[in-house]
Amino acid sequence: MDYVPNTDAELEAMLREAGAASYDDLIAAVPEGLRRPGLQLPPPLSELELSREIAALAHRNTPPGQALSFLGAGAYEHFIPSAIDHLASRGEFYTAYTPYQAEASQGTLQVIYEFQTLMCALTGMEVSNASLYDGATAVAEAASLALSARPGRRALLVADTVHPEYLQVLRTQLSGWDCEIRTFPSASGALDPEALARAADGSAAAVICQNPNFLGRIEDMARAREITHAAGALFIAAVNPLSLGLLMAPGEYGADIAVGEGQPLGIPLSFGGPYLGFMTARKDLVHKMPGRLVGRTLDSCGAPGFCLTLQAREQHIRREKATSNICTNQGLMALRACIYLCLLGRQGLREVAEYCARAARFAADSIAQLPGFSLAHPGPIFNEFVVACPVAAERVCAELEDQGIYAGLPLHGCGGPPHHLLVCVTETKSRPDIDRYLKALAGVSHRAMGRQVGIDK
Amino acid sequence: MELLEPQPLIFEKSRPGARAARFPAFADGGADLDAAVPAQFRRREAAGLPELSEIEVVRHFTRLSQLNFSVDTHFYPLGSCTMKYNPKVNDRMAALPGFAAMHPYQPAATAQGALELLDDLEHLLCEICGMDRFSLQPAAGAHGEFTGLLVIRAHLKSKGEGHRNKVLVPDSAHGTNPSSARQAGFDVVTVPSLPSGQVDVAALERLAGPDTAALMLTNPNTLGVFESRIGDMAAIIHRAGGLLYYDGANMNALLGLARPGDMGFDVVHLNLHKSFSTPHGGGGPGAGPVGVKAFLDPYLPVPRLRRVEGALAWDHDRPQSVGRVRSFAGNFGILVRAYTYIRAHGAEGMERNSRAAIINANYLKAKVRARYREAAPGPCMHEFVVVPDEAIARGIKVADIAKRLLDFGFHSPTLSWPIRNCLMIEPTETESRETLDRFADALTRIADEAASDPEKVRSAPHRLPVRRMDEVAAARNLDLRA
Repeated sequence: MDYVPNTDAELEAMLREAGAASYDDLIAAVPEGLRRPGLQLPPPLSELELSREIAALAHRNTPPGQALSFLGAGAYEHFIPSAIDHLASRGEFYTAYTPYQAEASQGTLQVIYEFQTLMCALTGMEVSNASLYDGATAVAEAASLALSARPGRRALLVADTVHPEYLQVLRTQLSGWDCEIRTFPSASGALDPEALARAADGSAAAVICQNPNFLGRIEDMARAREITHAAGALFIAAVNPLSLGLLMAPGEYGADIAVGEGQPLGIPLSFGGPYLGFMTARKDLVHKMPGRLVGRTLDSCGAPGFCLTLQAREQHIRREKATSNICTNQGLMALRACIYLCLLGRQGLREVAEYCARAARFAADSIAQLPGFSLAHPGPIFNEFVVACPVAAERVCAELEDQGIYAGLPLHGCGGPPHHLLVCVTETKSRPDIDRYLKALAGVSHRAMGRQVGIDK
Repeated sequence: MELLEPQPLIFEKSRPGARAARFPAFADGGADLDAAVPAQFRRREAAGLPELSEIEVVRHFTRLSQLNFSVDTHFYPLGSCTMKYNPKVNDRMAALPGFAAMHPYQPAATAQGALELLDDLEHLLCEICGMDRFSLQPAAGAHGEFTGLLVIRAHLKSKGEGHRNKVLVPDSAHGTNPSSARQAGFDVVTVPSLPSGQVDVAALERLAGPDTAALMLTNPNTLGVFESRIGDMAAIIHRAGGLLYYDGANMNALLGLARPGDMGFDVVHLNLHKSFSTPHGGGGPGAGPVGVKAFLDPYLPVPRLRRVEGALAWDHDRPQSVGRVRSFAGNFGILVRAYTYIRAHGAEGMERNSRAAIINANYLKAKVRARYREAAPGPCMHEFVVVPDEAIARGIKVADIAKRLLDFGFHSPTLSWPIRNCLMIEPTETESRETLDRFADALTRIADEAASDPEKVRSAPHRLPVRRMDEVAAARNLDLRA
């Protein structure tokens, strides 16, 4: 199957009208030895066969929804209102290119302008770009920005409670830069102000903290920001945008740059992508920001409209001197986030955030009541927390998987202790869902404690 | 024409108390909010989000969408961007709950269908490009370039040749090439082109040397010309001890026709949102997989897929890897679309695509060359570059021609790149002859207007929801949010 509208006869006629005797005349520049390698690909399929075959692959997966999932760790299961899929699948949005031709792209441009406005409102910052690839690369782009904004300083201080994949991407993305990436230790799962104060010396260009952090704890960002600024460094806050329906905004605690993963805002989990990196910042950093920016302006008759602006920062103009190499970004995902925030509005976003906070607290406290279970890092949380299990977390997961429950993420794989389990609760979990989970964990508790009693005998 | 009128900002439509989505309260009967999240950690002021009913939100965004040109509604001949038709079945497959609802950290045993798809896609891309391994992690073309260059750097370092710090880039290359090279820590050396548009091989020979890490090349190049001396260039770079990097932006010309791996390229990136038909989404998301020859496999990003006792799992234990370049498993939903596209076509569909793309480009070029000078005479591949000499002589800019094309219902070609005052036109294989004829007629008519009514061209567009935007004022008086 293909999607070529011209028939073979039409193509032959066009070839002749182009003045070529044969197709081979057109491809004469391709050395003969290279031509037509005779690809060994599976045979072409009709749409019916294709759908059948690929659906069979999809059926081999058991996604959250089919299982009761308490997985989070940077990718969150949230309810997605129907209108988002409907609007974001409109071909006029979906199949348009980057809005370089402003007059033919006012729809996309206005969406990005509204997205920028919404992200500024949410984070309490002054300027927003049009999107980055994901939360991890957004952290790395913020770090690059800080290094350019603080010439002479070459250290980046990263809280060890930042998502481990963000830290990995940061290290890779800045591996060609003259800089040093240092982590500073946390205390009981949250920022340790003293450790930060010791680490923040005159070489620090920026301090990077995440809120809520990878372990689910709400951080004292205001304190971290104070220490950072006292050292003359920029404060970069990596935040879950949905948590900002409830939690203090980066602008409120004085962050210089806010970044994060926008996936919670109406974007499907989709096995890890496409997601949405976002970046907002103080106004004076705008000329160093990576990625596209949309500005409001006037047309030649004085009517308001939108266009891409400050393009002189970008690779297609500045080439090797650009602030970033990013070109294609995550425009359609920014559209989804924009629609999500408009559908929820200030009331709805607060409702979802409050639900997460209450339900997660309830689940955490209830689990802590189960014999053998406790909270690894007591303290305020938003939608996630670490449970210390009576047995290896991987075993808990295996036992619950048999009951159709994804218990959470064992932290052993991220360098944590073997019995630590990261558990996420969002508005997609009803009280009966949580009760079912608690019951399943109680079973683990019962078997584990029973065994221990047995050993004691 | 009410639908085509500009829309007020959504914030201006907000009414206090209006609601669309509602959520239940958590029925816990316990923990109050203060106990859950102490006041010191909560925001002091509610985020200033708009308040609207669902129908208002739906109308707002539907109407905004109607202000766009798109492939579904308009011919979009943007050179080097491959704005081909995006088959709808691709989106349906990516939206299957068995893919779209998957959590990136769900246990591998519950994700075998997705992992098999990724593994299979890697093999298909290897076959199409003549490479040995692919990483599907990079999120876009520029991200793939960056990743590929890190792989090259890691390889050179492991050979004790970390001193090689120069990346050669032709002056006709995409802006991302030099930018990615810089981000990866290399210095950029520009290689001049000949008047024919091909790389100046003699200059390349002079520039290649003991400090050369790589040559980044787009083939066909941005003039739409196949670099026929690719064999010589590969020999020069390899003799100098550097590697050859293929920018896959123009791969649509070569599907089933020729393979970068057979031309001597060591590293390749593809733009799945170009040649493999995944939609551009108004600026993304895309995907930029990176392919390498076997000797570079150890350096690809972690994690990699590995089959253990018949089941696929992620392997993080790759000590020579450049590291991770993106969280999770890359832009999976885009990879599903590209996989669907390849499986629909098979080998013969791929070859038919590139053939139709090349014929369309040559047909259109023949139709317009009487009034628009060809930058590179002779047959082109999938795109071509023309210079509107007549119009320019009358003081018309290429941007004016682009805006006037919008009036005729055509998106603009790429402008003033890779040479000054040019139009870079890529019709793709999914346009009909009838569309190409109408587009050629529009270009001819604009050439006529440049003589008969130049003001009409200079003040275009006239038939769009807005007139020409003042981009200079936008940069001078920054207004980036409401």
